[in-house]
Amino acid sequence: MSQASAGAAARYVGQHVVRKEDPRMLTGQGRYVDDNVVPGMLHAAFVRSPHAKARIVHIDFAAARALPGVHGIYTGADIAAMVKPARSLHWPPNVPYPVTMPLAHTDVRYVGDPVVLIVADDRYIAEDAAELVEVEYDPQDALVDYMTANNGPKVHPDLDSNLLWEMASPADPELDAIFASAAHVVEKTITQQRYINSPMETRGIIASHSAAENLTTIWSASQGVHQTAYYLANALACDIADLRVIAGDVGAGFGGKVHPGRDEIAVVIAARHMRRPIKYIEDRMEHLIASAQAREESALVKLAFDAKGILLAAKFDYQHDSGAYPWLPSVGPLAVNAFPGPYRLPKFGWRVRAWYTNTVGLGAYRGPWMFETVAREQVIDIAAKQMGIDSLELRRRNVIHTADQPYKTASGQVYDRVSPDQTLEKVVDMIDVPVFRKVQEAARKEGRYLGLGMSVYMEPTVNAIGGIRTTFQAETRMDASGRITVSSHIGNPGNSMETTLAQIAADELGVDIKDVRVVYGDTANTQFGPGAGGSKQAVGAGGAVTVAAQALRKKILAIGAKMLEAAPEDLTIENGKVFVKGIPQVELTLKKIAESAYYLPKTLPEGMEPGLATSHRMTLPVTHWANAAHACTVDVDVETGVVKILRWVASEDCGVMINPTVVEGQMSGGIVQGIGGVLLEHSLYDERGNPLAASFKDYLLPLATDVPVIEYSHVCTPSDTPGGFKGAGEGGAIIAPPTLANAIADALAPFNIDCSRMPLSPDRLLMALEASRSGKA
Amino acid sequence: MSDHTIQTKINGNVVKKTVAARKTLADFLRVDCSLTGTHIGCEHGVCGACTVMVDGLAVRSCLMLAVQADGAEIRTVEGVAKEDGTLHRVQQALQEEHGLQCGFCTPGFVMTLVSLVERKEPIDEEEMKAALSGHICRCTGYQGILRAVKKLTATPAKA
Ligand code: FES
Ligand code: FES
Repeated sequence: MSQASAGAAARYVGQHVVRKEDPRMLTGQGRYVDDNVVPGMLHAAFVRSPHAKARIVHIDFAAARALPGVHGIYTGADIAAMVKPARSLHWPPNVPYPVTMPLAHTDVRYVGDPVVLIVADDRYIAEDAAELVEVEYDPQDALVDYMTANNGPKVHPDLDSNLLWEMASPADPELDAIFASAAHVVEKTITQQRYINSPMETRGIIASHSAAENLTTIWSASQGVHQTAYYLANALACDIADLRVIAGDVGAGFGGKVHPGRDEIAVVIAARHMRRPIKYIEDRMEHLIASAQAREESALVKLAFDAKGILLAAKFDYQHDSGAYPWLPSVGPLAVNAFPGPYRLPKFGWRVRAWYTNTVGLGAYRGPWMFETVAREQVIDIAAKQMGIDSLELRRRNVIHTADQPYKTASGQVYDRVSPDQTLEKVVDMIDVPVFRKVQEAARKEGRYLGLGMSVYMEPTVNAIGGIRTTFQAETRMDASGRITVSSHIGNPGNSMETTLAQIAADELGVDIKDVRVVYGDTANTQFGPGAGGSKQAVGAGGAVTVAAQALRKKILAIGAKMLEAAPEDLTIENGKVFVKGIPQVELTLKKIAESAYYLPKTLPEGMEPGLATSHRMTLPVTHWANAAHACTVDVDVETGVVKILRWVASEDCGVMINPTVVEGQMSGGIVQGIGGVLLEHSLYDERGNPLAASFKDYLLPLATDVPVIEYSHVCTPSDTPGGFKGAGEGGAIIAPPTLANAIADALAPFNIDCSRMPLSPDRLLMALEASRSGKA
Repeated sequence: MSDHTIQTKINGNVVKKTVAARKTLADFLRVDCSLTGTHIGCEHGVCGACTVMVDGLAVRSCLMLAVQADGAEIRTVEGVAKEDGTLHRVQQALQEEHGLQCGFCTPGFVMTLVSLVERKEPIDEEEMKAALSGHICRCTGYQGILRAVKKLTATPAKA
């Protein structure tokens, strides 16, 4: 709550500043997409495929059409007549893609595939009508398991195979020679299960078309309004300028609200066609089966070490499930870039294969590439065990130190200003490894199984992947009353940017944070640029606001200098007033300066333009790496398979922290999502392709009673971008899974349990324990 | 489908409306009464986002029909802060402890916490924490919410 004393150089940045967003959200005055009502608005519901793969033989919607209150029914064929197939803008060039239409029009390719769109007076009637639609299907054998995709039935008849994309590093005899002669070679396949993003607010959209203006206004639960417009314009074959996208408050996204879904695109097409506003709010079952999937993946990891445990080379053979219509076709390239992680790794070979299956398409989920850390950190522990070296010691021998930097990784990335060694030592201190080992030994004698797990990783923030994510803009302006507005294209699905960007501007401009308003979430009043996602808000938006606000400050001081007959260098701004440093008695209010700038241009310094608005657009051509180390301790009940987390310590370096509480909130949110992934969350399909986790009764999420108290420490190595910020949004979700899996493996070491296949839910651990005991018996 | 006229008191105001028998209390509050602070996260009784107070008890408004609320007194998240905008101590604690990020789950947590701190019998931290296991938050990892719980159970309730 301390808001720091006024007058200090940094009054808000670095402080726990309470959020500007909170008062409205705590009192029910937030405005989320479903809270909007547009006059004349109709409501949409979808008929979705009950089959993983089937030909659509016939659709009978006579009964649905006859239902009072139904205004529109669109089949895939209707929509196909109005729009061209569009591929995701994330599709790699030169990689074939399936004909992708908003609705299935000849055949369905996963359970949940949208088949018919109903538009009615309200959602109750729309759902009634959806139930009255009779679709005759000719079901076919589906491909469910990506590991059998090579020889399985084809998902897309218009493509040559189920292999979406294959990439590999060039053949490297030197790499093979290292493996052939290394003192130790460790190899293991690590497997992770399918997750579903599951933000508390599902996806949602309202589209309203004005033919007179040739403008479609869209309210969307969007992580970035310009991004949504950019993707929609691509799908609708219109210009971005034909769309206005508005996002109010967004009930989180975790990557899932970066890209509009096929169903949402169909809603926009129908609204343009019917000339009626249409609202579609995904329900929870639709979210769990038909939104997007993540993390169904595995990799064979091979590590070569010398006799002292120094890492010589690695191979990463990675495969993942892309589902039927992925908007994110492959996370492979990002995973490959990040695989070397925090260790000195001289040589690296890799292969990535992305497979189509008859399941929902792959989308982004917090740290989409994170499997590199999951796989590497688990195999490091396995290697340590195999070589008879303590896993902490093995990490210490290989971790990158400050003296090694700038360090170019074997995947071509450059690390500078990172501190993996320091964060590792911090968590070792916090958890007190020697003491824990004693406690663990004593507990084992009593038949209690405690374990310690650790991981270290590098987090690419502002992943330099080009396109709309290349440049970041911000505007700062002061109005005639002396108050500040910041505008940014970045979205706010819970990342607190309304507060953090205001903190930056308030510091640069010497005003109370109450006098700063942050404008975002509307393509009509912000400039083109990326939204939230990829941990780029602090670096990109924060950096742009820093520079724009500095330029505004300069202008204010120049005006003030003329009015006070002083040199600009001798002036400062504090508490909304400009004065000569050390002589606060002679002051000018910002309002006075603003009046000059707007009403009295003749009083301005020679050659200065009137007005008080400054804009800055910056380019971020390279990835900025943040880093962290985590450790946790667990108590595994070998009778029930239940894992109790005893402690969780995290040390993170995200550069300059704008608001430590917000950083810690991002860390803890991600960590708990990672914990959920290891212990609970599993979007399982049966062999016919039916999703088995279609409600929160089956797709289990962590609750308040499942989580440990998280202990934080921070290392601050500023980046070289304006403000010195790095990202912090995804790390927890990346590093938590291997940290916890390593702890469980450590706890169950006496049973020699294989923890390489996630999730490590109680039923699976019990099965493994039983197998281990009966093997021993 | 039959329509019914119901009368309720919502946040102190008498509301009389005709609703379809199948309409949930959540939809009634959000659509018919424009009280959009009550959120819908699952519609099957697991997430707790739709929690409101009916005759003093926290209930899930997605699992209750509007017609069942006939004659009841309802309190929603809009009726928790004072009229001058002063936040309830539950809301204050959540703000001070960064107990919310996207804010979507928040109205549900607020209503359950308010019902607990305002009840007659005192409540301890563990009991309050257990009551929160009927709510899902995907953003915070519950850390700020649990710090708020600590704060709320440490301070003796003021009149
Ligand atoms: S919406 Fe009522 S419990 Fe989830
Ligand atoms: S704050 Fe986003 S779900 Fe709780």
